[in-house]
Amino acid sequence: MDGIVMRAVAWLVVAFAAVGMSACAIDQGFAIQMGIVALAAFIAAFYAMRRVGNPAIAADGSLPAPRDRYDDEVIRWGVIATVFWAIVGLLVGVVIASQLAFPLLNLHSEYTTFGRLRPLHTSAVIFAFGGNALIATSYYVVQRTCRARLAFPWLARFVFWGYQLFIVLAASGYVLGITEGREYAEPEWYVDIWLTIVWVSYLAVYVGTIVRRSEPHIYVANWFYLGFIITVAMLHLVNNVTMPVSFFGSKSYSAFAGVQDALTQWWYGHNAVGFFLTAGFLGMMYYFVPKQAERPIYSYRLSIIHFWSLIFLYIWAGPHHLHYTALPDWAQTLGEVFSVMLWMPSWGGMINGLMTLNGAWDKIRTDPIIRMMVFALAFYGMATFEGPMMSIKEVNSLSHYTDWTIGHVHSAALGWNGMITFGALYYMTPRLWGRTRLYSLRMVNWHFWCATLGIVLYASSMWVAGIMQGLMWREYGSDGYLVYSFAEVVQAMHPYYLIRTTGGLLYLTGALIMAWNIWMTIAGKLRDEAPMSSPAFDPARDHPLQHVPAE
Amino acid sequence: MADEKRIDEPTGTSFVGHEWDGIEELDTPMPRWWLYTFYACIAFAAVMVVLYPAIPMLHSASTGVLGWSSHGDLAKEMAADHARRAPVMHALEQTPIEQIPADPKLLRAAQEGGHSAFKVYCTQCHGAGAAGAKGYPNLNDDDWLWGGDLKTIQQTLLHGVRQPGDDETRMSQMPAFGRDGILKPAEVQDVVSYVRFLSKQEGVTASSRRGAAVFTANCAVCHGDAGKGNRAVGAPNLTDGIWLYGGDRDTITETVTNARYGIMPAWGARLDPVTVKMLAIYVHSLGGGEKTPVDPVPAPAETPVPAAVAAR
Repeated sequence: MDGIVMRAVAWLVVAFAAVGMSACAIDQGFAIQMGIVALAAFIAAFYAMRRVGNPAIAADGSLPAPRDRYDDEVIRWGVIATVFWAIVGLLVGVVIASQLAFPLLNLHSEYTTFGRLRPLHTSAVIFAFGGNALIATSYYVVQRTCRARLAFPWLARFVFWGYQLFIVLAASGYVLGITEGREYAEPEWYVDIWLTIVWVSYLAVYVGTIVRRSEPHIYVANWFYLGFIITVAMLHLVNNVTMPVSFFGSKSYSAFAGVQDALTQWWYGHNAVGFFLTAGFLGMMYYFVPKQAERPIYSYRLSIIHFWSLIFLYIWAGPHHLHYTALPDWAQTLGEVFSVMLWMPSWGGMINGLMTLNGAWDKIRTDPIIRMMVFALAFYGMATFEGPMMSIKEVNSLSHYTDWTIGHVHSAALGWNGMITFGALYYMTPRLWGRTRLYSLRMVNWHFWCATLGIVLYASSMWVAGIMQGLMWREYGSDGYLVYSFAEVVQAMHPYYLIRTTGGLLYLTGALIMAWNIWMTIAGKLRDEAPMSSPAFDPARDHPLQHVPAE
Repeated sequence: MADEKRIDEPTGTSFVGHEWDGIEELDTPMPRWWLYTFYACIAFAAVMVVLYPAIPMLHSASTGVLGWSSHGDLAKEMAADHARRAPVMHALEQTPIEQIPADPKLLRAAQEGGHSAFKVYCTQCHGAGAAGAKGYPNLNDDDWLWGGDLKTIQQTLLHGVRQPGDDETRMSQMPAFGRDGILKPAEVQDVVSYVRFLSKQEGVTASSRRGAAVFTANCAVCHGDAGKGNRAVGAPNLTDGIWLYGGDRDTITETVTNARYGIMPAWGARLDPVTVKMLAIYVHSLGGGEKTPVDPVPAPAETPVPAAVAAR
């Protein structure tokens, strides 16, 4: 009980401190952001105080959940947040894709320019959508594969809400023009500090749960999730070593300068892809694919070798983002060769995922969720071949700075990250809310085809546009002069920008179908439709192992 | 856990024996093609590390067996291209600009080079097709503000238009007749009527008759009695229906009231002389290029006095 009071007081202190910071702010953006922090802290204090004197609440502040069930409340919030941020992120993506085709859509306002909305899109899809999906699925997977409830339940909830606050601060900051200008790490110093607190809490919850496991071994999905959590913590800390201009202002400057800064940034950026979007989502894959397919993992040995080789090799490949720059030649060579060596370790995950369907290949035809997961793995394989190929300097000299890179990233993000997440959401939702099945499997099928067509349009248009762009930039006439001006190349891109926007719109449509489907599932509705196959849910087996205390 | 030899029915592979929430693992060996491709990639990496700069040391890095460096590679490519182009570039440098059209090979080389430079430096204002925009002249027609023969275009390019700090820059300034109170608003409207009459957009009216007198007193000194303009001071021809800012009543009213002060960079300070020469030849070739006068224009006309200012 005292703990709850203390917590409420602590939140109030934070809230008043934020109000003070807001009042002393030297720039308007910082004042607004601190106002948001104060509001969030007041809400937290309010909820903490409401618990005081409620006898149903345990001493550690956790909610009254039966000890013989998994702690799924925060995962249910996570599923809803994932769907919500998916819609936001994809919608902003469609908006900025349209802005590239029609610059008039910048609307002559600094708040709606491409420059501010672009980080809003990337952060919303990677960190808001992807991050919430990772937190929710990792909580789901770690409990079930350890047969234990979440360690530190109140901290697990703090991680969820703290992460939402991080997202809101980051997103509102971009629109207000607050940015460090570091790609995929745009939030300023105070948001970075907040994320550090949240992330360390996340690590504590995750490791704590593994320590309390009832299984003798740690399942492979947890290796990947843990690798993701630890490495992202390290990346975040090093990349964001900055000095604020004032503790009452939003601006800060990096501790690194010049090419060292660039390399730090791309060491971070590349491994954000490697550990956030690859390792984390492989953890997701390693649980949901065998569960949905109801088949054993293809090869335990392969999972060991590809895990350790992936973890070891990925971290060195960042310099391939800085080919043909001021970065010393030796670092560029190393970036290239480590990327090439990364090819097979990446494919190990694809093989283990796809071959897990051995003996159940017919499910691709009958189960739309499995089809989504297989499609995700196929795109994972394509992107992890394309990546090493693009890191070879001769290829990179054509592809770098062109929309080929955009095509590469989106085939991976839409194909792999998006589709595996959708599969996981469709798997978890009926189980989390205790429904017999999804509202509609047929709508999953529609989602699949909308998304697939969207990805094909998006990726192929950007591949073609990117290669065309690269070739036009480097085309010399017989007299040794460039044949095309930059503006002529921009003009040539226009039709591809339109195709890309159409692709994004289709992908968004698929996500809207998903949102409706999940909404109706949560509401407990079942669509009357011809059945499609999906593994049955047995609530009786979905529980932590009960320890009989020795003492 | 004990039955380690348990076999998975569909694949015929044995289980490892662990189980988590119903998930089991098979004891399939790593696919051979996967393993050997992985080894091949590692071998590729080892070879690359020997061939190219790769190993960082205290003060420098290994140079690689091939002795390759990206700076060296660039320098080599640039040197080769310079050597290839050297004869033509040298000839362009040595030949006076007015004689270049006589040599078809040189002319073509200069046009190519000029076109390339135009796309980098000029399209921002004059447009990719050199058709200009409001305030930026169309370079395809034969209407020239400062003159359209090769040497004159070259001079304009070298020293720019109204560039402070360049003694030879094209300089003149139209007075802001309305803003500075030189003309009353009604007089401005009258002179606008007259200018629109000159360009055959309006007929003779009472207003344009009054404007004719205003024009003679205030405008003719630069634009000429007939409004045909004067290249020495960059005063546009007002009778030809070609407009730099626009010929409608509102735009001309704005021009007469507040004047204009169009500028262009002095490219001589930024580009090498051969590039400027090539640009002049390219612009000259766009359609409106004029013949070089047989008798060179007297020196004072080449460096025009700010006549409009003097006239005040």
